Amino acid sequence: MSTETALLETGLRESTLFRFATAGSVDDGKSTLVGRLLHDSKAILADQLDAVARTSADRGFGGAGATGSQAIDLALLTDGLRAEREQGITIDVAYRYFATDRRSFILADCPGHVQYTKNTVTGASTADAVVVLIDARKGVLEQTRRHLSVLQLLRVAHVIVAVNKIDLVDFSESVFREIEADVQKVARELGLGREDSNTGGITDLFVIPVSALDGDNVVDRSDRTPWYGGPALLEVLETLPAADELESHLESFRFPVQLVIRPQGALAPDAVAAGLDVEAYRDYRAYAGQITEGTVTLGDKVTVLSPGHEPRITTVTGIDFAGSELAEATAPQSVAIRLADEIDIARGDTIAAAGTVRESSADLYAALCWLSPKPLREGAKVLVKHGTRTVQALVRNVTGKLDLATFNVEAASSLELNDIGNAQLRLAAPLPLENYLHHRRTGAFLVIDPVDGNTLAAGLVKDHPGDHEDERYVI
Amino acid sequence: MSTYTTNEDLELAVLESQATETPDAAQAPRSDRLSSLDTLESEAIHIIREVVAEFERPALLFSGGKDSVVMLHLATKAFWPGKVPFPVLHVDTGHNFPEVIDFRDRTVERLGLKLVVGSVQEFIDRGELAERADGTRNPLQTVPLLDAIQRNKFDAVFGGGRRDEDKARAKERILSLRDEFGQWDPRNQRPELWNLYNGRHTVGQHVRAFPISNWTELDVWRYIEREGIELPGLYYAHEREVFERDGMWRAVGEVSMPLPHEEVVTKLVRYRTVGDMSCTGAVVSEARTVADVVVEVAASTLTERGATRADDRISEAAMEDRKKDGYF
Repeated sequence: MSTETALLETGLRESTLFRFATAGSVDDGKSTLVGRLLHDSKAILADQLDAVARTSADRGFGGAGATGSQAIDLALLTDGLRAEREQGITIDVAYRYFATDRRSFILADCPGHVQYTKNTVTGASTADAVVVLIDARKGVLEQTRRHLSVLQLLRVAHVIVAVNKIDLVDFSESVFREIEADVQKVARELGLGREDSNTGGITDLFVIPVSALDGDNVVDRSDRTPWYGGPALLEVLETLPAADELESHLESFRFPVQLVIRPQGALAPDAVAAGLDVEAYRDYRAYAGQITEGTVTLGDKVTVLSPGHEPRITTVTGIDFAGSELAEATAPQSVAIRLADEIDIARGDTIAAAGTVRESSADLYAALCWLSPKPLREGAKVLVKHGTRTVQALVRNVTGKLDLATFNVEAASSLELNDIGNAQLRLAAPLPLENYLHHRRTGAFLVIDPVDGNTLAAGLVKDHPGDHEDERYVI
Repeated sequence: MSTYTTNEDLELAVLESQATETPDAAQAPRSDRLSSLDTLESEAIHIIREVVAEFERPALLFSGGKDSVVMLHLATKAFWPGKVPFPVLHVDTGHNFPEVIDFRDRTVERLGLKLVVGSVQEFIDRGELAERADGTRNPLQTVPLLDAIQRNKFDAVFGGGRRDEDKARAKERILSLRDEFGQWDPRNQRPELWNLYNGRHTVGQHVRAFPISNWTELDVWRYIEREGIELPGLYYAHEREVFERDGMWRAVGEVSMPLPHEEVVTKLVRYRTVGDMSCTGAVVSEARTVADVVVEVAASTLTERGATRADDRISEAAMEDRKKDGYF
């Protein structure tokens, strides 16, 4: 990658967005790696560098005679909060931004040592790829297995394992190969890194030797690892297809309705935007939302799913975006859709490609990533937020807890902070639930505490036990 | 769609793409993917609509600064052909640039919006706020802001804050819960998963919503260029009487007078951020058009806050401390 010219070009032409997260254990150099990526991709500007250089000098980093990026503690670039700087740790997920001439990147930097499940789940939920760090001197740890388990569960499209501190093992190929083999063994056990149409697995796996401190194989390929023929970390990130590219062929159109746009509604008689003719929009009615999956084309037949109604089939007569009429729109576009028939549609309803959705269900089988210090107990009443609808739910039972180190399911009757388990819930109203394996958006939900409103868990919809794809009524 | 399964496969793919890409093909956006700007725009509109659907009384912080202008533009797109369904709120420090206040009023008038103003000057006049020794009024905005939120019973307040602005903002959620005192508790934030936003709050609490969290300064400028969004003129290069203080060029004005030793010169400058006259510095620039600014921002070696905001230079944690106290 070139330097200043790359930045200039980025400013002048269209690039695409790629979201990735980092996960690692304590002291495996994650902050340094993130700092190195930002530094070497020129995302760190002079005033930030000056501030970090001053602090590095205060703390005696690098020693006498160190120059350039060796004279600064790159980890300081990612320190955010006062407590983090004081304690030298990272507390919360932080978001970083940088761009190359190919792509704009959003990096969710997830701390690993406390609440690693919570942070990894949060970062991975929106990520196209996750970079997991391993210290070359320590190899695959239990924490590594846990991270990979969570990524497999969340169906992250690409997993990149960075074997860091390769300089501290003298750039040894045998050390790297051993770790690589261990990683692949764990991946095989978890089902990572292979395409599997039965499970919907679309993950793939890369293992890269890096030195975050010196920059080997981070932005540019290193000549100190001649035995490694693969690409540098940034090259991989620049080239991988984003999740929505991979998923576009798997999914059909899904559109949770956020709100109804009806400028002549009873509440606001003059609610048409300035400069528009009131009369022209007297009968305007459109359903606003963000397409979660697939593509919609003018004239498409769609099914409208609303609780308390039979599924209704109608036709798309308009796809509007801020005054433009579109012929088609695709995820993740935000649009407003007009339909042929005047039917009662409200926030929380779903518009979907006709003939592709299952019957809504009030029985929810799910994997729950428990993110709250308040444990889950059987019989608890919670709220479930799915798409644009929030419903009450009763936790009927917890059916097991995942041992993240072995990936075995063990018997359990409650879930604690950072546990991942299976549970069965009864919903107060049916929801158009879909298996998370095939639908990363319509298969995801939040569990919310009805008392204080806090988010308790990330939920992944599973099929009903014994259920087969073709046995349920498709509408 | 192919999936790479090994490093070697990717290696091949990289080589293939390098071999087959012509310069033109490399520059054309891929037809099957949204550009990063379109993706960010869709995300922001989704968030704005979620907040309007789930809250009773939202409002948008609108200062006439570029980020708030972009926010308002996104809101007009989100509800077209309907009107923006919430009022705008401005905390007037009394130190604002007159041309920005003028721009604010014209914009509100053009879109037919309701404007709520919280006035720092009125709080000072009533003795409820004291002028700071350094004369900066930016940190004084918090009290009138919270007062306006309480008096108007706003339960959600949109802000144009971006995570790339500051290290404390890098840890901010898109929906950020605030207690009765408007305080931000960075160590106790709700996890934000997928695109499912949890805005539940109890009486007295409110939520700050940051729909352009994931935008960078460059994204904002590219969007302003693409959408043809009007901004106050001081964002573009113009001649102005300035003097140098703390390594920044300060405008000469009623609330920003040079000390005897500070020499006043006329320079071609523009502003990268528009805060108070008393704490916002100008940068020497020849960028007279939005296209010039995009090029300038892309090549800049300083962050916008580092280059131009005295209030963020007070300490390493200046923004964090203000946010904890209820600043946006």
